[in-house]
Amino acid sequence: MTAAAPSPVAPVQDESLLRAALKGLVVPLCGVAFAFGVWSLEGRVLDAYDTVTAMNIGVAMMLAVSLNIVNGMTGQFSIGHAGFMALGGYTSGMVTYYGSLLLWGTAARQGGPFGAGEWLFAASCVAGGLVSACAGYVVGLPSLRLRGDYLAIVTLGFGEILRVLLQQTNRVIGSREGLAEAKWRELIPPPVGGAVGFNGLPKYTNLFWVGLFLSLTVIFAVRLKRSAIGRSMIAIREDEIASYSVGVNVTRVKVRSFVIAAFLAGVAGGLYAHRIGVNIEPRDAGFQRSFEYIIMTVLGGKGSVTGSMIAASILTYLPEWLRDFDRYRMIIYASLLIAMMLLRPQGLLGSREIWDFLPWFRKRRGTAR
Amino acid sequence: MADFVQTLETALAVGSLYALIALGYTMVYGILKFINFAHGDVVVLGAWISYTVAQWCLKRLAPADGPPLWLGPVVLACAMTVCGVLGFLIERLAYKPLRRAPRLNVLITAIGVSLLLQNVGQLDAVFGSSPVSMPALLPNPALVRMSFGGPGSSEVVIGLVDATIFVTAGLLMLALETIVYRTRLGAAMRAVSFNAETAALMGINANRIISFTFVTGSVLAAAAGFLYAMKYPGLNQPAHTIWVLLGLKAFVSAVIGGIGNVRGALLGGFVIAFVEQFGAFYISSNYRDVYVFALLIIILLIRPTGILGTPYREKV
Amino acid sequence: MPHRFVSLTLCVAVASAALSSGCRKSGDASGDIAIGHYASMTGPEATFGQSTDNGVRLALEEYNAAASVGGNRFRLITYDDKGEAAEAGVVVTRLVTRDKVTAVIGEVASGLSLAGADVCQQNGVPMVTPSSTNVDVTKKGDMIFRVCFIDPFQGYVCAKFAREHEPLKAQKAAVLFDQRAPYSVDLAKEFARHFETLGGTVVARQSFTGGDQDFSAQLTSIRSSSPDIVFVPGYYTDVGNIAVQARNLGIKVPLMGGDGWDSEKLTEIGGAALEGCFYSNHYSHQDPSPRVQEFITKYRSKFNKTPDGLAALGYDAARILFEAIDRAQSRDGAAIARELAATQGFDGVTGRISIDADRNPVKQAVILEIKGGVPTFVTTIEPER
Repeated sequence: MTAAAPSPVAPVQDESLLRAALKGLVVPLCGVAFAFGVWSLEGRVLDAYDTVTAMNIGVAMMLAVSLNIVNGMTGQFSIGHAGFMALGGYTSGMVTYYGSLLLWGTAARQGGPFGAGEWLFAASCVAGGLVSACAGYVVGLPSLRLRGDYLAIVTLGFGEILRVLLQQTNRVIGSREGLAEAKWRELIPPPVGGAVGFNGLPKYTNLFWVGLFLSLTVIFAVRLKRSAIGRSMIAIREDEIASYSVGVNVTRVKVRSFVIAAFLAGVAGGLYAHRIGVNIEPRDAGFQRSFEYIIMTVLGGKGSVTGSMIAASILTYLPEWLRDFDRYRMIIYASLLIAMMLLRPQGLLGSREIWDFLPWFRKRRGTAR
Repeated sequence: MADFVQTLETALAVGSLYALIALGYTMVYGILKFINFAHGDVVVLGAWISYTVAQWCLKRLAPADGPPLWLGPVVLACAMTVCGVLGFLIERLAYKPLRRAPRLNVLITAIGVSLLLQNVGQLDAVFGSSPVSMPALLPNPALVRMSFGGPGSSEVVIGLVDATIFVTAGLLMLALETIVYRTRLGAAMRAVSFNAETAALMGINANRIISFTFVTGSVLAAAAGFLYAMKYPGLNQPAHTIWVLLGLKAFVSAVIGGIGNVRGALLGGFVIAFVEQFGAFYISSNYRDVYVFALLIIILLIRPTGILGTPYREKV
Repeated sequence: MPHRFVSLTLCVAVASAALSSGCRKSGDASGDIAIGHYASMTGPEATFGQSTDNGVRLALEEYNAAASVGGNRFRLITYDDKGEAAEAGVVVTRLVTRDKVTAVIGEVASGLSLAGADVCQQNGVPMVTPSSTNVDVTKKGDMIFRVCFIDPFQGYVCAKFAREHEPLKAQKAAVLFDQRAPYSVDLAKEFARHFETLGGTVVARQSFTGGDQDFSAQLTSIRSSSPDIVFVPGYYTDVGNIAVQARNLGIKVPLMGGDGWDSEKLTEIGGAALEGCFYSNHYSHQDPSPRVQEFITKYRSKFNKTPDGLAALGYDAARILFEAIDRAQSRDGAAIARELAATQGFDGVTGRISIDADRNPVKQAVILEIKGGVPTFVTTIEPER
């Protein structure tokens, strides 16, 4: 492949400010409408099991799309993505759990839809994302010196170290009084349950929040791909030295891609941790889970946002569908993976997006690959 | 003092196992520049084949006074053959068609192969999902008992099994060293590793060299699996996470030593084993894996290509 | 630009609708009562899940064979959770809402039981966990029961035995636990607490990760603290290797463990290294009671292996549940839960089980000693109260 081909840059359009603002709002509003849309299906079209599966798909999509920013767009190779997710999940869990204890004296769900509890939860997801982004910065820094596989191993080491550290955490404190009387020894390392996992979190995640965060992630990722940073990322993927020589600050862009991906993974971790029937556990940070997300991005196609979404939904749904085969499903899954790599190594969509296949969009503009 | 020497002894034994496995990673990486994640599973297969063959032989022979001494080498040879063939097949079927694909794709395929091996191994018809007990093909008397201080104080024990592991691993590594640095085949391997296309132009059959590399790596892995089963007779089922972790640690050894470098793998294996054992003994056993991975990160930051790796310079 | 997102939204909506409609299955028309079981049938802990499932299946078969005309008949749906909490949440949701099971049996690992318990409690479906010993599991709510003893009790049993048993009278204990298994972590803690209350000292605390095969560093460290007993609250899958390596290093004091040791694999792997070691268990294989012997015989003939503790607990969990459903004469979750809570003096393989107010069983523990490769009954320890 050639280095980033000079793609036609859209000319500055002469628009009124109001129009531009409106235009800017349309897309996020679409996202909100999507969130309300899927939420309205919950309980009507989708039963509880479908809902859980749909939420899993949504969270998996977020993780795949975010990982694709590092692995697909920037061409780095991170095998520690689950670590970022777990970090976000634990952080956001601590915020909602201990926040609820302090505010309301109980960790149970507070308020109905859009009640106080849900806003705390939404904020906690963002907090999880922020903490995770900080970790992303730290993990991204070695990319100053390391390339390719070496960086991959460092990220893998990060996930494994995190897993062991999470196992050493203290047990969860159950009440406000307990929290007030807790000694330092019980608070450091943080009381998030150790090997059992962090359980007892209020279960706030529903299709609305998954839908909302997912659509924001996707909008962000698609716009990122077409932005200046995104183009620098793609340039680095295609040829690091060439992009360096044309003035791309390679290190900064790489670290940024890590920070962004980690932030989104952290938010997804927050959603993951607050689902019914889940307690987030140390092994969620391990490499096996990271592999799952890597597989999704690769199957989808490198740098393709919609491709990773499709792959994420297929790979999350496939095991459910194969559930009746029980012991054979991992075998089928592995064989499919190998077959896919042999037959269509560029992934489902290559580096294109789904709309690039629809003729009326293709006509309208050149696409950044 | 006794404890120190004992830990040292364990570290040497474990280190030779890591080094044996690391060799497979490092050879494949040296030539094809990708992490063969399925290598760890070949080790598992080696261990389980050893178990199956040993069990079958013992059932057939039903010796009255323990397994005969010749059984060990026979079992080892069987495991090496099966794993060698498997290594060849894996390369031919899964990796060869991807020779020109991006490295990431080959890596994914390797993960796929690894998942496949684990889950097929776990089927009841193959190895099953329960842990098994490897029959003791070697007696394990204490070869050396060193006592520091007066009677009653703890002493250092070096068993026959540990000694065998150390010696076998050492011999295999010497053999490999000879092949790579002293024979024409080894020269061809190094040439392919240096630049596959140029090597092909010089009349080297690169595909054959790559197959050979895979087979050699798998044979060493089988040996490691066999020795592992000798040292730790309780064998975990093939899909156990711990096997992946074993593979990862061996891989980390290869990276720390300088991947692509045969001597580096040896050095890395011992470094990792020392850090792990001494860390667990003197600091805390809770953080065993942390020591390994933290050391990895530190070494990579100081020397990005490992201790013995050659720093690479990029040309435009 | 906006058009793309609109079309994308549509695509996703269509795709998800298509996916969700794909897998609806019609319910079973036979009128059998569906019981769900979630267990780790694959993955690192597969052996635990499969043993439990065998136990449950045996109970089911027996029960259906004995059912009178018109009596309740049961049918089992087992799903694999791969040993992951997130997966457990999904499969239990599926059991409860899609397969509409009347009750759920599951899990061995406490973390997974906690995840499943959330779903069961919320949907009002009774759940019986055969072997999750973590205290928090049954605290999830009035639908969640268990048939095994809890960690504090077992810790107490082991500590008391180690301190007071005649030739042993341990003064110094070392603890070596599996830091990845909540069961092991908690049992180690409880043992240490009780052991110190009873006047002993814990001289070394070491940990490993389940599945590890090298324990030399930990054991060397334990050796230098010269304990009178080494408490290893792990699963039999690890204990065999630990025992062999301990003996190789010259540690001669007995090892001791909990019910996680109970399997014929234990002595198979550990061999002579385990001679004279102790563990606490729910029952003794040598118990002459027909209940126990019949179970062992049947299990052997059906699955061609000796049942381990998990199989026995799975068997008891299933039978307690079946009887409660029979008594309730209804498929209503609350009614069944009431009957489960009223279980008194149930004659199980793993002892006489009465369910207390916290939905935990009150039962005694036995201590077994490994003699000549066979776990041999030593003593019974009653619940402290």
